[in-house]
Amino acid sequence: MIEVRNIIKSFDGNTVLKDISAGFEPGRTNLIIGRSGSGKTVLLKCILGLYDPDSGFISYDGRDFTAMKNRERKRLRQEVGMVFQGGALFDSLTVEENVRFPLDMFTNMSFREKLKRVEFCLEHVNISKANHLYPSEISGGMQKRVAIARAIALNPKYLFCDEPNSGLDPETATLIDNLIHDLTTEFNMTTIINTHDMNSVIEIGESVLFIHKGEKCWEGSKHDILTAENRILNDFIFANKLYAQMKQTQKTSPDTPV
Amino acid sequence: MKFLFHIGRYFWMLGKVFARPEKHKMYVRQLFHEIDALGINSIGIVVIISIFIGGILTIQLAYNLVNPLYPKTLIGLGTRDTLILEFSSTIIGLILAGKIGSNITSEIGSMKVTEQIDSLEIMGVNSVGYLILPKIIAVVFMMPFLVILSIFFGLTGGLIVGPAVGVVTVPEYIEGIRFLFVPYYVTFTLIKSIFFGFLIASVPAYFGYFVQGGALEVGKASTRAVVNTNILILLFDLILTRLLLT
Repeated sequence: MIEVRNIIKSFDGNTVLKDISAGFEPGRTNLIIGRSGSGKTVLLKCILGLYDPDSGFISYDGRDFTAMKNRERKRLRQEVGMVFQGGALFDSLTVEENVRFPLDMFTNMSFREKLKRVEFCLEHVNISKANHLYPSEISGGMQKRVAIARAIALNPKYLFCDEPNSGLDPETATLIDNLIHDLTTEFNMTTIINTHDMNSVIEIGESVLFIHKGEKCWEGSKHDILTAENRILNDFIFANKLYAQMKQTQKTSPDTPV
Repeated sequence: MKFLFHIGRYFWMLGKVFARPEKHKMYVRQLFHEIDALGINSIGIVVIISIFIGGILTIQLAYNLVNPLYPKTLIGLGTRDTLILEFSSTIIGLILAGKIGSNITSEIGSMKVTEQIDSLEIMGVNSVGYLILPKIIAVVFMMPFLVILSIFFGLTGGLIVGPAVGVVTVPEYIEGIRFLFVPYYVTFTLIKSIFFGFLIASVPAYFGYFVQGGALEVGKASTRAVVNTNILILLFDLILTRLLLT
């Protein structure tokens, strides 16, 4: 479990995160949602240690991350997989080399063992016959899937995804969402996903944290979200007419599945 | 104050560059890749430029040697010493600062803006060390070879152009380049090339690593990197000449 407590972070006097506390359970997809500029990426980067919070506490399964020295953080990061918004695959490496990179860097596996692991990861994200292609030669959806394969290569305990389906068509986005959800359940990872995509919330939002202007505004699950009475949350979620209609349906017949 | 900030951050970066690698094998693999990409791939431009520089120097020396009492062998001698002492290290340094420097800044800068560097950091890799150390070693290692190559092809350029335009004969030119040879000049130019190699790799890497924004900023950072590296090369040229030759 990842726990954050009273996180405050400012940039040049502008407070971006205001006293945020939350817990992220293993084996379920934890979503952080909010408008662009609400502070969700900053929160994710604080949890990952890319930014140091001004104050507050972050722990990974009881291990105090904020008090860790660089060397300890580096060691812990080998338990972390990350999927960036743009995939962040290494341009100069092929698909296979990208997925193999963490294995080359941090394991003493033989070349054959590494290839086997790469195949296993690529199979899990439904990629075949692309091993020798470069990231520029594959589609955006495939790049995301390769990024997920690379993120799970070291069998991480924690998986972070920053806007994993931005720039993808709805079908591929749903595929990526379900893939992350399935991997989370299969490997019992603590998964945190940053998104402002409502489809993701409805598809896989087992635990949802809504941030507004740097503050925690609402917390719940995809089942609670349609009936929530929080005005700011409703303005955000139901800006889309389709979801507004869904809420209406949910109100009139509460037994309708989400 | 901004100047001091950059100096401080540059040395902080160097501190991380020389931190202990996570896995030596990966760094060595990267080193061979950089030797090929930054060093071997620069041989062509070094050869072409050196031939032209040697030829131009020969003609200019002949043009300035108006007193008939001066022997024509001085043309070869002048070309040789100018190439060894200054042109082959400094001019090649300035040109490689443009070619290699902009390459390094744009490569690292693009990695920065596309979050590839964050990706390395999150994996637990010292991104500064992994990306920059092999580049520095590769360029420092290759620079002396490129300078020697430049001297050779510069002299060859003079040998081709001088007799071709009729300002000096082949025997006069060859006698000139063998006359009063000071081996220390070669030592001096090789020492300079090592310093220049370090600057050519580390300064652009600094500008690339700390770029913020998008593609436009990467382009601007490349320009700033080349300008600053050129200025530093000339500054170090002055300092090293003062320390080692006077």
